[in-house]
Amino acid sequence: MKEFKGRVVAGGTMTAKAVVSHAGLNTLASFQKALQFGDKKATCGDQNNPDLYGKQMAGKALCLPRTIGSTTGGLVLYCACQMKRQPAMMLFSEPIDSLAAAGAILADVWLKDVKMPVVDSLGEEFLNYVKDDMTITVKEDGTVAVED
Amino acid sequence: MEYKMKLTQEQKEILEGKQGETKAKVMETMIRYGELFGADSMEKITSSYNHLVTSFGLKALTAVYDLLDELIEAGALSEQKFTCDPRPLDPNVPANLLEKFIFKNFMYSKQEQYEAQLEKLGLLNKNAFTCTCYMDEVGNTPKFGDVLSWSESSAVVYANSVLGARCNRNSGIIDIMGSIVGYVPSFGLLKDEGRKAKWIVEIKTSKKPEAQLLGSAIGMKVVEDVPYVIGLDKYLGQLDDNAKAYLKDFGAATASNGAVGLYHIENITPEAVKYGRDLILENAQVYVIDDAELERVYKNYPVVWKKKDATPKLCFIGCPHLSLAQLNSWTDRVEARLKEKGLKKVSIPTVFTAAPDVIEKFKSTPNYERLKNTGVILSYICPLMYMNNPLAGKVPTITCSNKLRTYTTAKYYTEDEILVEITGGNK
Repeated sequence: MKEFKGRVVAGGTMTAKAVVSHAGLNTLASFQKALQFGDKKATCGDQNNPDLYGKQMAGKALCLPRTIGSTTGGLVLYCACQMKRQPAMMLFSEPIDSLAAAGAILADVWLKDVKMPVVDSLGEEFLNYVKDDMTITVKEDGTVAVED
Repeated sequence: MEYKMKLTQEQKEILEGKQGETKAKVMETMIRYGELFGADSMEKITSSYNHLVTSFGLKALTAVYDLLDELIEAGALSEQKFTCDPRPLDPNVPANLLEKFIFKNFMYSKQEQYEAQLEKLGLLNKNAFTCTCYMDEVGNTPKFGDVLSWSESSAVVYANSVLGARCNRNSGIIDIMGSIVGYVPSFGLLKDEGRKAKWIVEIKTSKKPEAQLLGSAIGMKVVEDVPYVIGLDKYLGQLDDNAKAYLKDFGAATASNGAVGLYHIENITPEAVKYGRDLILENAQVYVIDDAELERVYKNYPVVWKKKDATPKLCFIGCPHLSLAQLNSWTDRVEARLKEKGLKKVSIPTVFTAAPDVIEKFKSTPNYERLKNTGVILSYICPLMYMNNPLAGKVPTITCSNKLRTYTTAKYYTEDEILVEITGGNK
């Protein structure tokens, strides 16, 4: 097991299996089909992201450097949360970008029964270490424990 | 809520709920958003109008419409009128019966409901749907130094760079929330230090570079940093209508292949004219762009069509929306090329897109009839939203927009190449 420490964007404690994107996550491209066509697993629909394309994102510990793409990104993430199709947690190796930050904060402030812990600035080593299906636990203080 | 930011008495009162619980939650959202990026205060929005990125009543975004209802019911409305990105549907744009049915009744089934919400929240007028709200004909043109709460990436980069306004690359919903409280968190591109260039880009091409390719190359290289571009001024001359149109397309490409929110063009854009190379940070990195580099970028664009050599069935020109000067210029070029080829109409269904107000103005000129005679369709649609679905995505579509290429299955051609494609090809 290895621990990493990041900054808390939205607090919470949660355990889930990892899915890892080494490239920036295009939020609109990744979630749109899942939200539009009732896919409760939120299967990633972004063909330009070979790490994630076709994989389940809902309920997973989504590990990524940052999000990219359309400035609708924040509201798409907010919608995924409201529809209960959000990742269990989002773990950013880099400082969070303005679009993901908006989605995380909107969900935290405006949705009563949704919890999606978000931690950023975990460092490049975190993204190099974590692999799909590893078990990840995030704690309230931004500690992220990765079990092999 | 604990916060580090220094707030004015009015801002504190909003946060404490003296203007209602809903507005307090809006303020909390804006403060938490700003504090993540080190904002030390909230800055007053000074532009006349806002501009929102979400223009589509996509069924998948029901949560957004519920949130807007909550704001409307609580009377938490925008303090500014606003324009909005283009509509996703236009009956003038070719679509088969199945596509029309799915677009209207399934994908964009919330369009009417959403537009009614926008009117209640502060939509400027029925024509206010365009990504180029800053065109003279539309009238949402911020002044130098204005503080904005915009979010559409191509409009943000234009407002910052060409107009000298100040705006971060906000997300949808954050845009309207800024207008509701009247303030945006002060960080990033709102600060003088955030507007300094971390990159020097030297243009060493043998001719005026294609705006879309140049923007794409720079966006991929600098990602979200500010570039200071040297050597482009000799091709642009001065900041006239043609240069503005060029920079509109260039900026949209920097913002879609990267996340550029501001660029400076030496001797052209207002801050570069005012401050010159003082805008460049010490130890700025250098990126040299020559013909070979642009060719490399172009050759690396993937073609995501199932059948790579399929015959194009549709062409979109105008993402971002075309300016009046561009409509006039394209009319001349298409007409001349058709004449040269002995053709009367374009050979591929072709849609030119522009703001409703620009279209109205264009229709009052003789060029409108000339364009109509070429068979080109004129529309206010958002080609990106039109194509962003499995049905339209399967149609082999060509474009000279890097933004449309990036976000959809459209195949990119340079302007000269696409002119050839839509006028009978090289035969």
